[in-house]
Amino acid sequence: MATTDTKTKVGTGVGFVAILVWCLLPIAWIVSLSFKTVDETNAGSAQFLPKDASLDNYKALLGLTDDPVSDAAASDFGQALLNSLVVSLVATVLSVLFATLAAYAIARLEFRGKRLVLSLALAIAMFPVVSLVGPLFDMWRTFGLFNTWPGLIIPYMTFTLPLAIWTLSAFFREIPWEMEQAAQVDGATSWQAFRKVIVPLAAPGVFTAAILTFFFAWNEFVLAISLTSTQKARTVPAQMSYFVGPDPFNPPYGQLATASVIVTVPIIVIVLLFQRKIVAGLTSGAVKG
Amino acid sequence: MSATLETPKTPTPSAGHQKPRRDTSDRAVAENRLGLKLVAPAVVIMVIVTAYPMLRALYLSLFRYRLTAPDDKEFIGLSNYLTVLGDPLFWRDTLNTVLIMVITVSVELVIGFAFAMVMHRVIFAPGAIRTAILIPYGIITVVSAFSWQFTFSTTNGWVNSWFNWVPGIDPDLNWFGGHWTAMFAIMVSEIWKTTPFMSLLLLAGLSQVSEDMIEAAKVDGATWTQRLTKVILPNMRAAIMVAVLFRALDAFRIFDNIFVMTRGAQNTESSSFLTYRQVIEQLQLGVGSALSVLLFLTVLLLAYLITKLFRVDLAQARGEG
Repeated sequence: MATTDTKTKVGTGVGFVAILVWCLLPIAWIVSLSFKTVDETNAGSAQFLPKDASLDNYKALLGLTDDPVSDAAASDFGQALLNSLVVSLVATVLSVLFATLAAYAIARLEFRGKRLVLSLALAIAMFPVVSLVGPLFDMWRTFGLFNTWPGLIIPYMTFTLPLAIWTLSAFFREIPWEMEQAAQVDGATSWQAFRKVIVPLAAPGVFTAAILTFFFAWNEFVLAISLTSTQKARTVPAQMSYFVGPDPFNPPYGQLATASVIVTVPIIVIVLLFQRKIVAGLTSGAVKG
Repeated sequence: MSATLETPKTPTPSAGHQKPRRDTSDRAVAENRLGLKLVAPAVVIMVIVTAYPMLRALYLSLFRYRLTAPDDKEFIGLSNYLTVLGDPLFWRDTLNTVLIMVITVSVELVIGFAFAMVMHRVIFAPGAIRTAILIPYGIITVVSAFSWQFTFSTTNGWVNSWFNWVPGIDPDLNWFGGHWTAMFAIMVSEIWKTTPFMSLLLLAGLSQVSEDMIEAAKVDGATWTQRLTKVILPNMRAAIMVAVLFRALDAFRIFDNIFVMTRGAQNTESSSFLTYRQVIEQLQLGVGSALSVLLFLTVLLLAYLITKLFRVDLAQARGEG
């Protein structure tokens, strides 16, 4: 028995290291690339670590140089970051708000069409987004929503609502709602019972749904390139995909890697702080349902 | 699809779920009305951005309609569909997409299951491993595609120098210069990015398999392989099914990586990319809409086939669990 236990332990240890390498190697790679100088990448540098690390790419992307070309790129990137932040945050707040209402109804109330709502959400979660791009492109131009923030926020809400509704309704079903009545019996007003009992119980679920929604909106690409045409509304993924630099045969490795690092930092911070919640949220909607 | 998937709700009795009372019909009516009011905003937003445009795509697909020449709009029946279905490009891209879907999901199932086994057993630093596994999940797909594009770059990548002992890989190998090598690079980036999601879903399924049952099989002399194939996997069927369904449909929509890594060069275009190119780059709304409708129908068909293939409906699986 002891040998199999040791074997399992060794196997788990090897697996543990393998998972870390698998997940983090490409991240380490873009970080390393972001410190390589333009001269090094232009000459071709097959080694993993930079020959002499420099902060030039970061300076250029943050607009700290006197070079007008990189200043223009920096202001485009800054605008894209702003677009991404506004679009993702607004879509997240609205989507989670509406999903909370819907999930409360699904978890607590008996009404006709409940199953239909859940099926609709599931169907939209699997919907091929590209097949909407044509008609939406046409409609958005008619309504003046093309190349604007709301033009992205609205479809982002549509495609994050299913995830938020599923996560939240799974979560709300686990809440001991009778505690609300118990508090009222103990003399709390309905508002107090809601604020002091239900809100603290529901908040973690709502927060988790918000993180997952934000990830989706921050990552979205198909709609972002189809429903925008200029820097005015382009989000980070769209802006990055169009950023090829002056020489099409020599992509600006360092700058793209630097932009990648900058937009990945928020993701890593959120993951570090809330990993337990994210895992619970991701799996609750899908497995426990 | 919805016929088999629509009953996902099984309240756990232990969680203190309160069965709504139906003592008075007034109360039931009021509850019904409140329920509808609460779901209304979400439903409206989901429907106006999907159902209406989809119907419009269906309508536009019957016309010759190009945005650069809007006056030429003319009803042509099913001609657009015939054009699309008769075009080898459509079939090539569909084949590419199916290939990517089948290969990536199969590889992810294996790697994801291995990861899930490790995470299930790991007792030290569970936070570290959860954080690591969530980074590929959370990272922007475009960023991941760039990272892998640079990894496979001939001048600046590390694959050619690290793996030059593998037959066929030499320092000058241009991964994006050939169909199969480019497809390989695209699939690697897709697998890297989405395996974590797969492994987390499988982990959730794995943790629901009772340890007692595995122990009992062990006592009865079942080998490791027998325990895996006869006890663990059958009891995880629902979780595997959910993971495969979600991932397969997600992989079928592959777009971002291809856009960044090859822009469809070397015949690496996917169905989504073809539709995008027709609609946005060439402004062919008629043909593009026909492609959109076909893509939508394919996804529906896939969802149906996968649920049939696994012969599990979610409701039943959850009722047992």
